Amino acid sequence: MALDKATVARIATLARIKVPESDLERLAGELSGILTWIEQLNEVSTDGVEPMASVAEMTLPMREDKVTDGGSPEKILANAPQQALGFFLVPKVVE
Amino acid sequence: MAALTDLTIAEARAGLSKKEFSARDLAEAHIAAVAESRQLNAYLVETPERALEMAKRSDEKLARGQGGALEGMPLAIKDLFCTEGIQTTAGSRILGGFKPPYESTVTAKLWQAGAVMLGKVNMDEFAMGSSNTTSAYGAVENPWRRRGDNRPLVPGGSSGGSAAAVAARTALGATGTDTGGSIRQPASFAGIVGIKPTYGRCSRWGIVAFASSLDQAGPMTRSVRDAAIMLGAMAGHDPKDSTSAPLPVPDFEAALTGDIRGMKIGIPREYRIDGMSAEIEQLWQQGISWLKAAGAEPVDISLKMTKYALPAYYIIAPAEASSNLARYDGVRFGLRVPGESLDEMYEATRAAGFGAEVKRRILIGTYVLSAGYYDAYYLKAQKLRALIAGDFAEAFKTVDAILAPTAPSAAFAIGENSDDPIAMYLNDVFTVPVNLAGLPGISVPAGLSGEGLPLGLQVIGRAFDEATVLKVGDVIERSAGFTHRPQFMAGGRA
Repeated sequence: MALDKATVARIATLARIKVPESDLERLAGELSGILTWIEQLNEVSTDGVEPMASVAEMTLPMREDKVTDGGSPEKILANAPQQALGFFLVPKVVE
Repeated sequence: MAALTDLTIAEARAGLSKKEFSARDLAEAHIAAVAESRQLNAYLVETPERALEMAKRSDEKLARGQGGALEGMPLAIKDLFCTEGIQTTAGSRILGGFKPPYESTVTAKLWQAGAVMLGKVNMDEFAMGSSNTTSAYGAVENPWRRRGDNRPLVPGGSSGGSAAAVAARTALGATGTDTGGSIRQPASFAGIVGIKPTYGRCSRWGIVAFASSLDQAGPMTRSVRDAAIMLGAMAGHDPKDSTSAPLPVPDFEAALTGDIRGMKIGIPREYRIDGMSAEIEQLWQQGISWLKAAGAEPVDISLKMTKYALPAYYIIAPAEASSNLARYDGVRFGLRVPGESLDEMYEATRAAGFGAEVKRRILIGTYVLSAGYYDAYYLKAQKLRALIAGDFAEAFKTVDAILAPTAPSAAFAIGENSDDPIAMYLNDVFTVPVNLAGLPGISVPAGLSGEGLPLGLQVIGRAFDEATVLKVGDVIERSAGFTHRPQFMAGGRA
């Protein structure tokens, strides 16, 4: 599958990574190369094969629904790039 | 007596119990070794004060006869493990300066067992790489050099700092993580032992996530016995990781009996890949003869989906990574690059914070999960994964373990293989299938290449049968008698 520049720009937006226009061509080439290589999987018939999401042969355990952690806002905020009054600060999102 | 930095964990344990030296002596020797080896760029953070404090506690415990399994053992920790109050970057600029407010389960268990922390070691960014050259903090040098060639070589990756630190005698052991070969390939490149346990054997809690259905922590050491000792301390059920197996941890060291008589060892014919070098093939044949001489029976087996493991992995791992790495958004921790809007801030932060290989994988992962392509790529890869795991399950109906090379080559020079991402991915051709199937695999140094570089052999076992993997690995180690040493060692003199 050959990706064009427009497709790479669209994926980059979905992934929230700013890609300068001047890099799109190179990235389209690299990603197309990887996808073409990946497509050898189509040589294998997988009709009727159950997809495998995890090798862990267990049902996820349930635990009692109670609070087991918390009460440490200062620890949680300690690495914040910007914070105030016990909150993370971000650019304005509501007009 | 050998230098304190040249001991194995088992030897250091014996020396401590006979009071030939103290935990403080061990810590001081290693702190000096770490400082002496800075040219390798293996350590991102050195924690000498912490090491001395921990060694002091170890000496007190030993004096009371209360030492744990790793009491007083100086270790290096891969920078993917969260360590409370100590910078943890995952080799990425986006986590520069991040000091986790909590400790990973695996490292907490190591400290519980008495281990001493020397520092955090370098790695490929977010564990994505096979050469440690994708680190935002610079490449790591392999302490080994080609004969008659002084160009610096890669230590492999992604646990390249761990491998270099252990090979250069700056730590008795190190933690690694392995998503597609990141413990075994660097172990092979640096002439040390590394085991990737069964998926679920070690808790993933507090380890920076790359591909959650594949990631697994394990030890990197200078002997199989040391790997057994260290794995015993790292492993075990953890309610904080829902995929951690609720199984007891066997005494791995007790498995090292040297007795593999009557064992059936699978030799997968599909691992004889096109263009594999004659010396890798020769080493493999040598390994088969060693196991035969020890009374095991080699059995020809077929893992027919082997060639599809790498392309399937390069859908599954990037897909999981694109989801896991969505959390790096400049809001709660790590780097923030300001923007006019929230979206602009996200995009600018992630553009500046991630390196080229990580971006490439996030973009691939985003693409294969996007509407219209999910079935063609992601679902297809998951079906191949089922077939690959099925091949192993079929083989393990008749064999007890599988013997294969660890990597298709010895260490290469820094800068080689860097133009073509797929050439770099091929390093993991023998290790990736094991992650997809969730099985345990060990790499043991078995010989030298024509250029004088270490080469490893890999033993793969049934799920949760690390004991057999270690047992067979131990026989290879005894048979190989690998006593070669890297050109650079802390404390000098190869």
